[in-house]
Amino acid sequence: MKYKDYYGVMGVDRKASAEEIKNAYRKLARKYHPDVSKERDAEAKFKELGEAYETLRDPEKRAAYDQLGSHRPGQEFRPPPGWERQFGEGTFSFDDIDLGDLFAGMMGGTHRAGRRGGKVPIPGEDYEVTAHITLEEAYRGTEVDLELTVPEYDESGFAHRVRRAFKARIPKGATDGQRLRLPGKGGKGLNGGRDGDLYLNIALHPHRLFRASGHDLFLDLPLAPWEAVLGTSVQVPTLGGPVRLKIPPGTHAGRHLRITGRGLPKPHGGEGDLFAIVQIAVPTVTSERERALYKELTDTSSFNPRGHFEQEAAK
Amino acid sequence: MKIEQAMWLHERHELVLEELCELSGLSETELRELVDHGVLAPIDPGARHWAFGADRLVVARSARRLRRDFDLDPHGVALVVALLERVRDLEAELRDLRARLPGSGE
Repeated sequence: MKYKDYYGVMGVDRKASAEEIKNAYRKLARKYHPDVSKERDAEAKFKELGEAYETLRDPEKRAAYDQLGSHRPGQEFRPPPGWERQFGEGTFSFDDIDLGDLFAGMMGGTHRAGRRGGKVPIPGEDYEVTAHITLEEAYRGTEVDLELTVPEYDESGFAHRVRRAFKARIPKGATDGQRLRLPGKGGKGLNGGRDGDLYLNIALHPHRLFRASGHDLFLDLPLAPWEAVLGTSVQVPTLGGPVRLKIPPGTHAGRHLRITGRGLPKPHGGEGDLFAIVQIAVPTVTSERERALYKELTDTSSFNPRGHFEQEAAK
Repeated sequence: MKIEQAMWLHERHELVLEELCELSGLSETELRELVDHGVLAPIDPGARHWAFGADRLVVARSARRLRRDFDLDPHGVALVVALLERVRDLEAELRDLRARLPGSGE
């Protein structure tokens, strides 16, 4: 069995009072609770914290934990002889038992084992994982490989950590922050309790060209100054292949040109739009001839892009 | 390897009150309290049997975790959930503004 340093996780002394343990939990829970935290690995850290707190807040569990002595976190160790008796009848091997599962199952001088075959249905635990997918995968739908470590219960009701791997199909229609549910793919229920579910949180990888907001996509569309002035037709990439887009004469920078139905498909049918945002690109290298043409334009054009400055100044 | 089908949790899919209780781990009384506090709204509050958009399951599960992990009373849960919803809305708005900002891609 691997040792876990619950006092270390909570940042409290081994002699800490119940009040100190409670305060340390509250402080760390605010920092790592997955619903409120932006910390990396908040989920894993909060799980660790919850496990430590559940053991140390309960005098009986804390006493049993203290009997294990102090070891390095992760170090393999053997509990003192007879230690397991407080978990109820029967003998078991410590080899692949998780310390947290053992304490979680300990209740009133017995173990969850004592409740197996009992009448209280215990639902399986729900799990949440984030699936990172590309925009192309969201567009077409995709399959993701998932791996979970879930407790499974042996004949005597002791939990063993089992690795479960499976593929999940994400239908097209996903976008950032969307949730999916895989019924029954969480932890196994006990005594006829329902199996837990697995919740998938979709996170989109950033894309080189497109930016997503909901099911709409945004794309920067650079135009040469003369294309913006005279209008043109350009080829624009979309997730479903390139399309031609008509640029009307006099198109200014920042204008959003909507390409209907070329965004991400929506789960309940229909699709978002693609917006091409016009940028006026300025050539950095110009030939003599080009410079001469710009010069001619300067002399010929009466266009004053800063006319409103002067109007403001005249007020 | 068998491929598992994932189900959308979006507003067009409905869950009846009992389903929302079962999936969120909240009791019916707790769920009704959340509705009273304005944390969750049924599709038709006047209906005899309440139904909710499936996206509300995310909020209900979050409410249950917050109540359990921070030992909050219904008022506290309502306040935290309301603030979290606001944060989520603001994040969505920020994401939208960033997407509209030229040259802000990777």
